[in-house]
Amino acid sequence: MAQIIVVTSGKGGVGKTTSSAAIATGLALKGKKTVVIDFDIGLRNLDLIMGCERRVVYDFVNVINGEANLNQAMIKDKRCENLFILPASQTRDKDALTKEGVGKVLDDLAKDFDYIVCDSPAGIEQGAMMALYFADIAIVTTNPEVSSVRDSDRILGMLQSRSRRAEQNLEPIKEYLLLTRYSPNRVKTGEMLSVEDVKEILAIQLLGVIPESQAVLKASNSGVPVIIDQESDAGLAYSDTVARLLGEDVPLRFVTEEKKGFLKRIFGS
Amino acid sequence: MIKQNLELKATSFTLSVLYINNSNLDSVANELDKKLAQAPQFFIGAPLVLNLSALNECNVDLVALKSLLVERQLIIVGVTEASANLATQAKELGLAVMKSGKQAKAPTIVPRTTKIVKQNVRSGQQIYAKESDLIVFGAVGNGAEVIADGSIHVYGALRGKAMAGAAGDNNSVIIASSLEAELVSIAGQYWTADSLQQHCHAQRGCVRLEGETLTVELLPQ
Repeated sequence: MAQIIVVTSGKGGVGKTTSSAAIATGLALKGKKTVVIDFDIGLRNLDLIMGCERRVVYDFVNVINGEANLNQAMIKDKRCENLFILPASQTRDKDALTKEGVGKVLDDLAKDFDYIVCDSPAGIEQGAMMALYFADIAIVTTNPEVSSVRDSDRILGMLQSRSRRAEQNLEPIKEYLLLTRYSPNRVKTGEMLSVEDVKEILAIQLLGVIPESQAVLKASNSGVPVIIDQESDAGLAYSDTVARLLGEDVPLRFVTEEKKGFLKRIFGS
Repeated sequence: MIKQNLELKATSFTLSVLYINNSNLDSVANELDKKLAQAPQFFIGAPLVLNLSALNECNVDLVALKSLLVERQLIIVGVTEASANLATQAKELGLAVMKSGKQAKAPTIVPRTTKIVKQNVRSGQQIYAKESDLIVFGAVGNGAEVIADGSIHVYGALRGKAMAGAAGDNNSVIIASSLEAELVSIAGQYWTADSLQQHCHAQRGCVRLEGETLTVELLPQ
């Protein structure tokens, strides 16, 4: 049976899609058969980040409505043997996602895959609720600033009350914190919340800290998940995150201020 | 803007209450005439409520009593402290059956229980402990609300809103390991975050009512 992971946040623009793409790719690189689903119906982006936008024929809503089968809609990743993408529909809205429809698709996928990664849209409406409803694991993507933290807290409340596991009184969803766009320099100057601040407020297990990085934008624009870029700190941080998700004990990196060399101090960075 | 045709507002009026202490209507009429003669202008058209507590044992003819009073240009608004029998008669006559302030039921004291929440209360969640104390093993996040008819204890940081004594119990308290609340309220008296911060900075403390005002008492860490 596959593990269903939802990548969620409440707030928009914190890096859900980037994280979904990176984590799904990371799991696949570790040999896990993985599918990543875009739940952001009407505002689909995952296909761009994954670099497969030119190969979209059918989408998630087509499958739910029975207009296409899963094999027709899923796109096999070009870089990774074990990775598939199920894109969102751009022409519909979130109401196209029904509990029965989504449940059936996830059931079918669960037979063949090790991990199903659900890329949640922002907000707490239908799309986001459907993305988190069936989850076994939630990765709550949070930026180190107060509004993002508060929205994450709200989503954690939803996970505990509105998910399938909550409604059926099963073991609760495993909740992990993924702190993105972290900048140790700005934490030091007090412009940004620290890892400890966020951990203290949200009180869930920390899965990873992704540093603010130029590589993320570059990767998004070129349609390559940032985890592929093992030269970049963000790519390495995502690799660590995936390793922790699989139960490995990996120390945190990139959470303290980078020591500037002598020349850098003189000439600036 | 649409003007409403109806509006319902509660307003209290002072009404004279006429105590009828005798079931013999003739003697009542006699005495009433004497009283009216003393200050006729005062009583004409005056709205009156009849207190029938003395008549509950006997059979009084409410119809006769009413016409007796109406003849003297008194306006009967309703009856109070009437027996079930008299109250029914009054209703048939189109009179209101009224409860006096004193007579209004004293709030019944319900034995208080305890509601325990064993996890963080997240933003957007609302917990109401009806007729009980509320204990939270965890934090109450910004944007969360915990409400109890009794006291509230938070074994974690209280960052959201906490309303104790929601049913009016002045003796309820709010205790938290770290008071950082957006709002604390006891029996309707409240402090916003700003007022709270003047007394306490994210410390362990107990908020309670002293007379009409809130106070906070810091507790040992």
